[in-house]
Amino acid sequence: MNRRVAVTGIGIVAPGGIGVPAFWDLLAEGRTATRGITFFDPAGLRSRIAAECDFDPAAHGLDAEEVQRADRYIQFALVAGAEAVRDSGLDMQREDPWRVGVSLGTAVGGTTRLEHDYVLVSHRGQRWDVDHREAEPQLHRAFSPSTVASAVAERFGAQGPVQTVSTGCTSGLDAVGYAFHTVQEGRADICIAGASDSPISPITMACFDAIKATSPNNDDPAHASRPFDNNRDGFVMGEGGAVLVLEELEHARARGAHVYCEFGGYATFGNAYHMTGLTKEGLEMARAVETALDQARLDPTAIDYVNAHGSGTRQNDRHETAAVKRALGHHAYDTPMSSIKSMVGHSLGAIGAIELVACVLALVKQVVPPTANYEIPDPECDLDYVPRVARERKLSSVLSVGSGFGGFQSAVILTRPRE
Amino acid sequence: MSEPQDRHAAITGIGVVAPNGTSTDTFWKATQEGLSVLDRITREGCEHLPLKVAGEVRAFDPAATIEERFLVQTDRFTHYAMAAADFALDDARLGPGSIPDAPYSIGVVTAAGSGGGEFGQRELQQLWGKGSRFVGPYQSIAWFYAASTGQVSIRRGFKGPCSVVASDEAGGLDALAHAARAVRRGTDVIVAGSTEAPLAPYSMVCQLGYEELSRETDPSRAYRPFTDGACGFVPAEGGAMLVVEAENTARDRGVGIRAVVAGHGATFTGASRWARSRDGLAQAIRQALHEAGCAPEEVDVVFADALGVPEADRAEALAIADALGGHGTRVPVTAPKTGIGRGYCAAPVLDTAAAVLAMEHGLIPPTPNVFDVCHDLDLVTGRARVAELRTALVLSRGLMGSNSALVLRRGTAQ
Repeated sequence: MNRRVAVTGIGIVAPGGIGVPAFWDLLAEGRTATRGITFFDPAGLRSRIAAECDFDPAAHGLDAEEVQRADRYIQFALVAGAEAVRDSGLDMQREDPWRVGVSLGTAVGGTTRLEHDYVLVSHRGQRWDVDHREAEPQLHRAFSPSTVASAVAERFGAQGPVQTVSTGCTSGLDAVGYAFHTVQEGRADICIAGASDSPISPITMACFDAIKATSPNNDDPAHASRPFDNNRDGFVMGEGGAVLVLEELEHARARGAHVYCEFGGYATFGNAYHMTGLTKEGLEMARAVETALDQARLDPTAIDYVNAHGSGTRQNDRHETAAVKRALGHHAYDTPMSSIKSMVGHSLGAIGAIELVACVLALVKQVVPPTANYEIPDPECDLDYVPRVARERKLSSVLSVGSGFGGFQSAVILTRPRE
Repeated sequence: MSEPQDRHAAITGIGVVAPNGTSTDTFWKATQEGLSVLDRITREGCEHLPLKVAGEVRAFDPAATIEERFLVQTDRFTHYAMAAADFALDDARLGPGSIPDAPYSIGVVTAAGSGGGEFGQRELQQLWGKGSRFVGPYQSIAWFYAASTGQVSIRRGFKGPCSVVASDEAGGLDALAHAARAVRRGTDVIVAGSTEAPLAPYSMVCQLGYEELSRETDPSRAYRPFTDGACGFVPAEGGAMLVVEAENTARDRGVGIRAVVAGHGATFTGASRWARSRDGLAQAIRQALHEAGCAPEEVDVVFADALGVPEADRAEALAIADALGGHGTRVPVTAPKTGIGRGYCAAPVLDTAAAVLAMEHGLIPPTPNVFDVCHDLDLVTGRARVAELRTALVLSRGLMGSNSALVLRRGTAQ
């Protein structure tokens, strides 16, 4: 039983602006939200820059108790979820709660709180036999990664399948893909899907320092995230959350809901090569794209825009360029492909869902967001990366790809509503 | 690759690294004997914590099966996963040349609820004790929840669909169901399961926040669900990986079908709202039976969640009665995890392994340490019970509010 799946609501917390209108303004104007880290003193780190959210939970409807209980990444999910559910027009009181699911992605979950409390219980890294009496009572919630899906399900009254998906940097695409299958195969009629991460903390910054994955361009943070540009030198850490309401198409039509787009296809493969390394050929990402095209019953030439993973590491951008050329053939050269990580940074597990919201908006506005900071071409990256300025374009089908630690390669296709 | 509608997901291999056995044979022998291996925690740095009893994996030497270069970049939970995956693949006689469309037709799905805590604590100590330059290059790939799926995929060369459900306990069953659905959609094989390693000092401090955790210091009294002495659950480490394979692929390879993953249901009723889990678990059971095309009376044995919290135990007993009707009080119920502890996401995967073995042997393993059941259940205690088992129902609930049920049918080839 394969049912059609629609997107009927979107919500977002991203650097540079909270909420869908502010997010789209940032993308459409090609502004960047990367800056020097303010959350803690980053002295001693190689990369001291990030795309931080200026986020006031109280201003977005969270009460003091929720703020105390919920880690920052869960707060993002709650706020983005509220915007998405409101946007969808769903009245949860009228839905069968067993038929409403949740699928949220996160790469590092509660590590920020885990680190905060670790410092207390270890007396700043002095004790292996940590002192439990110093720990906060809510610590177990940070320990359990499923807290995020649980918190969102409780808030919106979902009692169907509730899942947290954690596949590193493809978590966002994979969580929404999981939701797609859940609705497509009939286990739920509605799935609140998305992802969230707040990884701007000393341990996460330090572990990416250790493998030189993040940009050391501390002197010019606004221009540090330079996907596909020949002077790129790593990704810029970000944070945020995004939620999409996925709904069975007939269910959406029956209640007269606005349908943003249809979910065309989703696929993921592993490269079985290296936890952090990528091959030059991009065979596995290409296969994910080809499989998603098959599901959407689309020819490669039907893709009008590619939302790239575009992290801005040297190997990623070449890998991805090769993969897209392999999957779309010569059409790749005629297809704009941009990376919004140039503007909002790389929020690990969250970014895949943030990028899907960007894709939904691109379809709605018929505008391709740009790759900010792109100036100097890399001879090995020879596609149209939409330098610095957003572009109007007729868009019917868009592709979003992601690539992450563990070797995971994922692809999602969204299409304008079809008859 | 056959059409999705006629693809059944079979279990063709089992790999176990558990507190009571680091091979399927030793695990089954200890399980059917009702041996309890719950014991005082011996891990360095845990002596002073107010959590004294757990199920530790003691008879496991990772270096015996896993290459040094994989050992150094991974946490204990991934050591268990790599070893269990090897055992399962050997058991299924599955090598690189076994499947025509390999490597893209073999994927990996795990459930992870606690991540690489011991590795993470070591690197946190380096960062805060010495400085950021002392954090090693493997922290970024050892601590996160996707480590085991990624490493099994890389080490064994599997490029098929990979996924990680980062869940509470019920996620172990969700991972198996996720694997079965991938097989039904067209992938030939998914290596699926869960292994956990939550017995490091800081991980244990985190768990102390769970009100459901047993603080009892006597191992024989620490985890006794469905009794008046129920005082919470005992945590454990280890787990199992299973080979979930398209039935026709297994037949083509001439490999026995050990069981069929016939149905699954999943619901959510709120973190620690155990009274409400009655409805949620009953609903999950109904969904699983419906998907399996299975009448309640066909269920021959139930592997219970058995949290060991009075309110939760009551809710589970009532859920079984709600979903199975009169059969609910007659069907044999067991909870072998009282002998090894509750390894978070890994617990229901070990239960699934035990259920497959129970159907093969026609023997229901008992519930160690449990006597004087105070609910209207036919709980198998004391000794294993001989029974013809064609259908098993495995139940799991999580501390964050998930309820999950899995229906297994006995395989055809012995």
